[in-house]
Amino acid sequence: MKIGTPKEVFEGENRVAMTPDSALQLQKLGYECAIESGAGAAAGFSDDAYEKAGVEIIKTAAQLWKGVDIVAKVRQPNETELKRMTEGQTLISFFNPAGNAEGLELAKSKGANVIAMEMVPRISRAQKMDALSSMANIAGYRAVIEAGNNFGRFFTGQVTAAGKVPPAKVLVVGAGVAGLAAIGTATSLGAITYAFDVRPEVAEQVESMGAEFVFLDFEEEQQDGAATGGYAAVSSPEFAAAQLAKFRELAPEMDIVITTALIPNREAPELWTKDMVDAMKPGSVIVDLAAEKGGNCKLTVKDEKIVTDNGVTIIGYTDFPSRMAAQASTLYSTNIRHMMTDLTPEKDGQINHNMEDDVIRGATVTFDKEITWPPPPPKVQAIAAQKPKEKAKELTPEEKRAQEIAAFKAQTKNQAILLGVGTLLMLIVGAFAPESFMSHFIVFALACFVGFQVIWNVSHSLHTPLMAVTNAISGIVILGALLQVGSGDWLVVVLSAISILIATINIVGGFMVTRRMLAMFQKS
Amino acid sequence: MSIGIVSAAYIAAAVLFILSLGGLSGQESAKRAVWYGIVGMALAIVATVFGPGMGNLLIVLVMVMAGAFIGQMVAQKVEMTEMPQLVAALHSFVGLAAVFIGFNAQFEMSRVAEILAGAPTTLNETGLLAWLHDQGVDGFAGKVAHKTAVELNILKVEVFLGVFIGAVTFTGSVIAFGKLAGKVDGKAKKLPGGHFLNAGAAILSLILLVVYFNTGALWPLLVMTLLAFFIGYHLIMGIGGADMPVVVSMLNSYSGWAASAIGFSLGNDLLIVTGALVGSSGAILSYIMCKAMNRSFISVILGGFGGTTGPAMEVEGEQIAIDADGVAQALDDADSVIIIPGYGMAVAQAQQNVAELTRRLRAKGKTVRFAIHPVAGRLPGHMNVLLAEAKVPYDIVLEMDEINDDFPETDVAIVIGSNDIVNPAAQEDPNSPIAGMPVLECWKAKQVFVSKRGQGTGYSGIENPLFYKENTRMFYGDAKKSLDDLLTKIS
Repeated sequence: MKIGTPKEVFEGENRVAMTPDSALQLQKLGYECAIESGAGAAAGFSDDAYEKAGVEIIKTAAQLWKGVDIVAKVRQPNETELKRMTEGQTLISFFNPAGNAEGLELAKSKGANVIAMEMVPRISRAQKMDALSSMANIAGYRAVIEAGNNFGRFFTGQVTAAGKVPPAKVLVVGAGVAGLAAIGTATSLGAITYAFDVRPEVAEQVESMGAEFVFLDFEEEQQDGAATGGYAAVSSPEFAAAQLAKFRELAPEMDIVITTALIPNREAPELWTKDMVDAMKPGSVIVDLAAEKGGNCKLTVKDEKIVTDNGVTIIGYTDFPSRMAAQASTLYSTNIRHMMTDLTPEKDGQINHNMEDDVIRGATVTFDKEITWPPPPPKVQAIAAQKPKEKAKELTPEEKRAQEIAAFKAQTKNQAILLGVGTLLMLIVGAFAPESFMSHFIVFALACFVGFQVIWNVSHSLHTPLMAVTNAISGIVILGALLQVGSGDWLVVVLSAISILIATINIVGGFMVTRRMLAMFQKS
Repeated sequence: MSIGIVSAAYIAAAVLFILSLGGLSGQESAKRAVWYGIVGMALAIVATVFGPGMGNLLIVLVMVMAGAFIGQMVAQKVEMTEMPQLVAALHSFVGLAAVFIGFNAQFEMSRVAEILAGAPTTLNETGLLAWLHDQGVDGFAGKVAHKTAVELNILKVEVFLGVFIGAVTFTGSVIAFGKLAGKVDGKAKKLPGGHFLNAGAAILSLILLVVYFNTGALWPLLVMTLLAFFIGYHLIMGIGGADMPVVVSMLNSYSGWAASAIGFSLGNDLLIVTGALVGSSGAILSYIMCKAMNRSFISVILGGFGGTTGPAMEVEGEQIAIDADGVAQALDDADSVIIIPGYGMAVAQAQQNVAELTRRLRAKGKTVRFAIHPVAGRLPGHMNVLLAEAKVPYDIVLEMDEINDDFPETDVAIVIGSNDIVNPAAQEDPNSPIAGMPVLECWKAKQVFVSKRGQGTGYSGIENPLFYKENTRMFYGDAKKSLDDLLTKIS
């Protein structure tokens, strides 16, 4: 089958859904690849590069749509594009099914099978095709870069001959994929970074990225992200109030605020109110990654950069991934390629649209002339339900001391019991056995004791040589055979002779192999 | 040589043996320690050969020469990957020798008893001695002739015990050898009746001991030997491949106890001391192995894993494969690498490739270390020997406890042919059959590559969630071939 990618028609969209690299991978799956002439130009991939990768260049979009079985693109298709679809054709793209009822209807009437990339369920198996995450990652990074571009100071604190520069303080609201990427970027630029999220379980992730998690003094049962597939849900009014109060307290200190708070299928919650903006220092920057859904700050103007009266810059761009088209295209095309890998289990270039598969089912919005959106809940929960964390009780010094004493006492008791039992056994043996036996028995007991003491010190890495050595010296049974070989009975002589033979093999073989092994151990 | 000088030589030998084992606490002192052992052994043998009560010196000379020749041939030829087999084979020799010597003691006992019965009653003590000497009762037989009735009874018990332990060691080691060498199927197999058969055979042996004790006849000893052969065979047949470290060290211990029991019957203190040293060494090794698997010695010997308490946690996700290019790239970017070798590396004979990889990575200034789980491989410390053979310096080969805390700061962990010892289920899933077993926490590294033949489970048959983790990539294929591919990508 043939898979093709048209040039994006959306104004200002630079990304492309197929790169020369991903085309090579798709060909390995058995597909032929085609691309509309100039589709990759904005992302830095020339037609030549595609041609070199064995991709067919098609002049016009119309020809491409007509000539391929699978269309992979980035942006939600517009009406013209959808009308070009044919029955049985597969479209892989962002589709926004929740806000695109006409599009769904149109695709259904055309008989096209549409896979919406934003509908890929968030289970670990599907992470490699989770385009939302890979795009959010870019958005988070780019948000910090844009902020830096509009911020007149260093991120990192410096003490120079020309004076001291304080480090920038960055607050990231919402620690999803974008938020975490922003935290990572900001901390690596040297800013002091704070982060907030309504899901307390992400505190650990936030701290692992090097930011400080902002905790609220709030006692209510907090959200468990597991129930909502790892996304945030709407919080209670009391919680929202506590949250705003905290932000109000932080606002005057912050130089850069990056808000990324989104709740699926809802308008973005207002988290950064006008009075907070007013409280900020002139020259501060707000980047509102939720601008597409109305913004976390109500002053945000979608797709624009504004400067407020008190000198705060508010950036409301929604095309961050497109601003990094080369990177975004690479990641997105890899997501598409993974999706195709799942759709082609046989690697034979034929699509197997398996509606039993959780991931494929979840992402498919129209199939066989039916709208299959919204999908049933996936069989596998995205993340394991949170386990109640048990806090290890911090022991006071007295308790520790008491424990140590108890352990010592238990040990003493054990040893005393062992010694007692041992003595008793010895006494019983001694009461019945003749003296000649007892003298040997003493030797035996002492040897066992010495053996235990000595062997504990043997280094773990030398356990094999130890076995070889003990093997060699257990060849000491040769002494028994030597003592018997002088017998007058021929049978005894024969058996002894064999014993001497095999015991010698043991001794010589054991020692020599040990020497061979030990000679190998070398220090660097 | 008088008996006094022989005793002095024995004492020296015993001290040298202890020093020899004690010297194994470090790689450098170990090289000297082997010489202690060799000198001790030479002293003991020379003192015995030239001591009182020896005969048939020619036979001794021929046998020792032949044995030494075969022994050195074997030692020169053996591959380091075959060490487990060799050790098992050598154990079986000790066991067999112990059985023969035990039987000899029985033959001598009955011979002496016969001769004594025919002795003229008129002789006094010295006269009897001279007469016995004329009859050819010398050396060990002479000692037997002097024993009182109680001492003879004790001798019988000692002989019986020596033969029993020796026989179990013999067949057990032969089977262990077969399993390790791949000549016998490595899976755990039991006859119908399972451990009841073993228990029955053991009880029967006990009854035979009583019969033998009372009659002193040969047949109970013979029947018991056959039973003990069966126990050894059946016991080890029932234990699977990955439990072999415990089995081999257990057999090591048995061979020691067998030597000790023989020492008792011959009244030879050096045999007793040496046997006890070997016996305790093997016992401690078994204990260490069992602890490393968080299983009791009994459960290992009885085969199979401990009972589970509920359904195992479901493993989600999928195993994501990667090719040599991907691994090479990740290694190129990494600063610190930890390699976790397992039995798979030994099977594929990949240690030289691993060492070459290590050399190249180290030449690029990366930190490369090895993490060795106590039960990795089929013999305690087996991995260390294989890596040493491939000239990996021993100071970068670390034990589990030394390195486990370093995984979070590690860029890449490479798992080569190990499975259960890196299974996170041991910590995460209380229902897992291996719950509580200490494991190498390689999944805490930033990236994990698993070199593995296919998608199967390990010895324990437990699904390994490590393979499904997000930071894990599966590098499928024979370990040696995979590493060959990888080496072409890393200069």
